[in-house]
Amino acid sequence: MKQDPALLNVHDLQVRFHTPEGTIYAVNGISFHIAEGEAVAVVGESGSGKSVCMMSLLGLIPIPPGEIVSGTAVFLERDLLKLPEKELELVRGRDIGMIFQDPMTSLNPVLTLGRQLTEALVRHFNLTAEEARNRAIELLQLVGIPDAASRLGNYPHQFSGGMRQRVMIAMMLACNPKLLIADEPTTALDVTIQAQIVELVQEIRAKLRMSLIWITHDLGVVAGLADRVLVMYGGTIVEEADVESLYERPQHPYTLALLAALPRVHQRRQSRLKAIPGAPPHLILELTGCPFAPRCEFVRDRCWRERPLLQPVSPTQKTACFVNPHTGEERA
Amino acid sequence: METNEPLVRVRNLKKHFPIRRGIVFERTVGIVQAVDGVSYDIYRGETLGLVGESGCGKSTIGRTMLGLYPPTAGSVNIAGIEVTTARGAQMRLLRRKAQMIFQDPFASLNPRWTVSAIVGEPLRIHNLEPDRQRRDERVKELLELVGLSGRHVNRFPHEFSGGQRQRIGIARALASNPDFIVCDEPIAALDVSIQAQVVNLLEDLQTQLGLTYLFIAHDLSMVRHICDRVAVMYLGGLVELAASDVLYEHPLHPYTQALLSAVPVADPKVARKRQRIVLQGDVPSPINPPPGCRFHTRCPIAQPHCAQVVPEWRQAQPDHWVACHEVEPKQGF
Repeated sequence: MKQDPALLNVHDLQVRFHTPEGTIYAVNGISFHIAEGEAVAVVGESGSGKSVCMMSLLGLIPIPPGEIVSGTAVFLERDLLKLPEKELELVRGRDIGMIFQDPMTSLNPVLTLGRQLTEALVRHFNLTAEEARNRAIELLQLVGIPDAASRLGNYPHQFSGGMRQRVMIAMMLACNPKLLIADEPTTALDVTIQAQIVELVQEIRAKLRMSLIWITHDLGVVAGLADRVLVMYGGTIVEEADVESLYERPQHPYTLALLAALPRVHQRRQSRLKAIPGAPPHLILELTGCPFAPRCEFVRDRCWRERPLLQPVSPTQKTACFVNPHTGEERA
Repeated sequence: METNEPLVRVRNLKKHFPIRRGIVFERTVGIVQAVDGVSYDIYRGETLGLVGESGCGKSTIGRTMLGLYPPTAGSVNIAGIEVTTARGAQMRLLRRKAQMIFQDPFASLNPRWTVSAIVGEPLRIHNLEPDRQRRDERVKELLELVGLSGRHVNRFPHEFSGGQRQRIGIARALASNPDFIVCDEPIAALDVSIQAQVVNLLEDLQTQLGLTYLFIAHDLSMVRHICDRVAVMYLGGLVELAASDVLYEHPLHPYTQALLSAVPVADPKVARKRQRIVLQGDVPSPINPPPGCRFHTRCPIAQPHCAQVVPEWRQAQPDHWVACHEVEPKQGF
């Protein structure tokens, strides 16, 4: 996995929002890479910066109030953060596809499906209307929408939530992107429909050798889907690990606490849930120490003053913590 | 924990919503059969889980049970009061004894009211603490009971986080000393790290105050953790009801089996080995639900007669209820 060339390489990304209430420190210097064909999950709670981070790579955050303070994001030898809007438009959709949480608000309610699907094809590939229509039918069949030809004339409200998400996936596939960024795509869906969508994405990914960034708060979905996981908290990456190590031996107190707080569907009730005290940080102040310090059971004095950096603890795992949560001792 | 005496008894409860068109000549063009004939008991001191996908009617059951919607047919009996016919003093008593916790802690608290007004409202309405000072004392007590500080009484809802707001909603529900609380997705809107806090609080309060819960949720892992018994709902009807461990380990109904197999597991080894039953298609519309067994259009083991005959709600094993033609009763029962 390690020797694969990186498709996307993000270094020291910092994003802030200047609001009337003050500056929000949304993403505080994060670095990661995605290899070709790899599936990476970004896990975090609301406000952890997981969506802002990905949106800022694609130029999708409004500036102002947003500001990308520093960072580089090299994708296919070009820095996305420095590309002019015109060129970024070509990257978006064609090289990097996106699907979002709410398929109703990401589709235009007053345009037919056919219009919306063929738009990207005409724009990026100069297809004629007829060619685009045929390709659109092909795509809808690929994502498992029955009777595709006649449904091209339908409007988004005529589809169920699961079907709309399939349409979004079809739109994204229209340009055969190298990387798919999925932002909580199954959160609004029921479990049986979620299982269908996860299966569909896995199938398509294998078929097209696409890299995947799956943003979610659900540690359950991640386990069956990702090769590698980035755990985010307070606008930082607190742990990065391959999926087996993360669940078997989490190395950051936050990951450990989060896994302990989850009830298991396959286990009889053991005892009370181990809740994490307190609430996630507001990010209205600049980070001086570890963002998890106020809720951490292993907290030390230095955690309030010094920010722990993401350090490797094994060939497959990195953590941003001074303390080993399994022994309770400080790391060397 | 449970005794043999049911606190809540629901029999053949139905709630249909007419779809109306036209302004002057209003006519009914269809009927949403949100809840269509469900029967179950809830025992004193237990937590009954009610799970199902969105639109299956689980919230409608909760609301109809408390008389927030007038039922179309059937009966609901809570602590001896018949909800469907209760009026006046009986209804007021019911409103005190049965309470509700809502899903959205942002929408269920009046943004212009202070915490003290919100939590004190049931005390005022039922005239439980006529003395102003005593009422303020009681509100502080309630806030401390749910893990908030008594100093928060004069704050407004927007000053609190989602988890804290849910605690305010719980304090309000507890104000009138209820026996029975319908928890309608009380943790669905909360962050993962906060969910466990609220679930632990609900469990502690149950032990302390001897509460009985109907816990409506779609998170099957959390339901297994918190509930003594679980009922599974599909398109307006119950398909299975059993003790939690029995239901999760030996589900009988094909829908329950599919639902459980679709739950994501937070363990990559289990997740990869697992055999999933992926159901085809979507849930049909409750406006014109399929005839016979409502699940037959997606059921992996459906037989021709499933499309014609409605399966009976019966005990396949002692205390294990199921509605399916293809499930055999256990030998010797």
